[in-house]
Amino acid sequence: MNLINYFIENADLLVDKTFEHIFLAGIAVALACSLGVPVGFAISNNAKLAKNVMNVANVIQTIPSLALFAFAMPLFGIGAKPAIFALFLYALLPIIKNTLLGIHNVDPAIIESARGMGMSEIQILFKVEVPLAIAVIMGGVRIATVTGIGIATIAALIGAGGLGQLIYQGISMMDFDMILAGAISSAVLALLADFVLGQVEKKLTSKGITKQKA
Amino acid sequence: MIRLVGVSKSYDKVNNVVENLDLEIKTGELVVLVGESGCGKTTTMKMINRLIEPTKGEIFIDENNILDMDKNELRRNIGYVIQNVGLFPHLSIAKNIAVVPSLCKMEKGLIDKKVMELLNMIELPPEEYANRFPRELSGGQQQRIGVARALANDPDVILMDEPFSALDPITREQLQNELLKLQATLNKTIVFVTHDIDEAIKLGDRIAVMADGNIIQYDTPEEILKNPINKFVEAFVGTDRLWKTPEMLKAQDILSKYMAVIGSDRSVAHAIELFKKHDTDVLVVVDNALPKDKNFVGIVGIDRLKGVVDHDTKMKDIMKVDITKFNAEMSLVEVLKIRKEKNISVSPVFDEDDRLLGIITSRSILNVLTGIIPESEAY
Repeated sequence: MNLINYFIENADLLVDKTFEHIFLAGIAVALACSLGVPVGFAISNNAKLAKNVMNVANVIQTIPSLALFAFAMPLFGIGAKPAIFALFLYALLPIIKNTLLGIHNVDPAIIESARGMGMSEIQILFKVEVPLAIAVIMGGVRIATVTGIGIATIAALIGAGGLGQLIYQGISMMDFDMILAGAISSAVLALLADFVLGQVEKKLTSKGITKQKA
Repeated sequence: MIRLVGVSKSYDKVNNVVENLDLEIKTGELVVLVGESGCGKTTTMKMINRLIEPTKGEIFIDENNILDMDKNELRRNIGYVIQNVGLFPHLSIAKNIAVVPSLCKMEKGLIDKKVMELLNMIELPPEEYANRFPRELSGGQQQRIGVARALANDPDVILMDEPFSALDPITREQLQNELLKLQATLNKTIVFVTHDIDEAIKLGDRIAVMADGNIIQYDTPEEILKNPINKFVEAFVGTDRLWKTPEMLKAQDILSKYMAVIGSDRSVAHAIELFKKHDTDVLVVVDNALPKDKNFVGIVGIDRLKGVVDHDTKMKDIMKVDITKFNAEMSLVEVLKIRKEKNISVSPVFDEDDRLLGIITSRSILNVLTGIIPESEAY
C-alpha cells in the first residue's frame, strides 16, 4: 500500500525521472543506430573488416558498465553526456551485429537476380537488402534498447539522473518504496520499449517474410 | 542477333574460363549452351548481360557493342531467369513481375495491365495470385513467375541459367513444355544454359556443346545427335541414348519375360484358348516330363493353326522345332541381323546353361527402343 502511495505522491518526480531515463537511453540508441546500421552495411562486403569491427565492438561490450561510465568521465565530465556516450558504445554491438546478420541472411540468388534485372547498387540496397534485413536489424535495436534502459539506471552514479537516481537515493536512505519505485519503473519502461519497437518491427517487415505459408 | 567475337574470360590471369569464343545467335532462336560444370557455359551467358565482364573480345546485340552500353540499361532490356528463381520475398507476385517496368519508370496503369497479361499467360489467374507472396507458391509456380518477370519489360533477349534444374522431374517437364509454347508465340532470342543434354535437345533450336571454355559443336539437335563432331560430343550426347548406340543393348535387355506357355501334349483347341486369353500370337511349348528349367521344346505361332482341321491335334505335332537359339549376351545389332537373315519374328533367348530366359518379338524390341518397358504385360 505504501508503495502505491509513494507512486501517487511522487508522480511528478517519477515522470521527470522516467523522461530523463528515456532521454539517456533513447539518444544513445538513436546515435548507435545512425552509426551502427550504416557501418554494418558498409562492412558487409568485407569479411576481414567486418571481423575486426566486430572484435572492437565485442571488447567494448566486455567492459563492465560502471567502468565504462568511469572511462567516459574524464572525456565528458559528469552528467548526461558521459552516460549517453557509454550507453551509445554499448548499443553499438547488437546493432552492428544484427545489421551484418540481416544482410548476410539475404539469399545471394536474390541479389543476383536484382543485379541481373538492372538494379543499381543503391537500388539493390534500398529496394532489396534493407527491406529483407529490417526485421533482424530491428531485433538488434530492441536488444540495444532494453539493455540500454537497464544500464542507464547505473548512470545515476555519474550524475546523469534517470530512474537509477531513485534507486540509489532509496538505498542510501533505506527507503524501500523509493527503491522499488525506481526499479519497477525502469523494468516497466524496458518492457514497454520492447513492445513498442516490436510493433514498429512488425510494421516495417513485409508480410511476405513474416506470413506463414498458406 | 547476339554475336560474341573472340571472347575470353579469366579470373586469375592465368587460366581462361572461356577462351577465344565465337558465337552467333540468330534473332528468335532458342540456343542452349550445354556442358559439364566448369565448362564455361554460365560464364559465357553472364557476359551477355555483363554480370561478368569479358577479359578480351567483343559482344554485340544487334550490332551494338554491349561494352559501350550502360550496364543497368542493358540488363533492363534483357530478361534474366536463374536456377534459384530469386523472387523478392518481401514483394507480392504482382510487384515482383513489375520490378523492371518500375525501374524503367513505366506508367502505373501500363504496368498493371502488363502484370495481368503475364499472369494470365502463365496460367496463374491474377485475381488469385497477384497479391500473394512468393513463399506461398510452389517451386514450379515460383519459376513461372520468374519467367513472367523476365518477360515484363518485353525484352528481345532472355537469358536463362539452368532455370528448371532445381524442380522435380514432372514440374520440370511441364515448364519445359510451357517454355516451348511461349517461345512459339513470342519468338524471343533465348540463351539457355543447362547441363542436361535431354533438356538441351528438347528445347534448343540450336545447341552449343561446350567444354574447357570453348564451343565444341554448335548445331541443331538433329545434327548433333546424328553427326557428333568428335568423341567428346558423342559421349556427351550418347551415353544414355540407347537408340543411338544399339550395340550396348544385349538380347537379355530386349527380351520379354512374359510368355504364354503350353504343354506339348495339349490340343489345338487349348492353344486357341491361350492365344485369345493372352492376346498373343506365339506360344512357348514345353514338355512337362522334362526338368522344369530345361523343358523348352518348341514354339507355336498362330499361323501354324491354319489348316489344322482336327482340334485334337497335339502341340508337339505342329510346333516349330528347328529354332534359332539366341544367346543372352548377343547385341541388339546381331539379333536384328539374324532375325532379318533367317526371316524369323520370334527369338527365344537362352542363358549359358541353356535355360530359356524369354522371347524377343518385334513388340519387345519396339518397347525397348521407344523407352516404354511395361512392368507386366500379358502375352
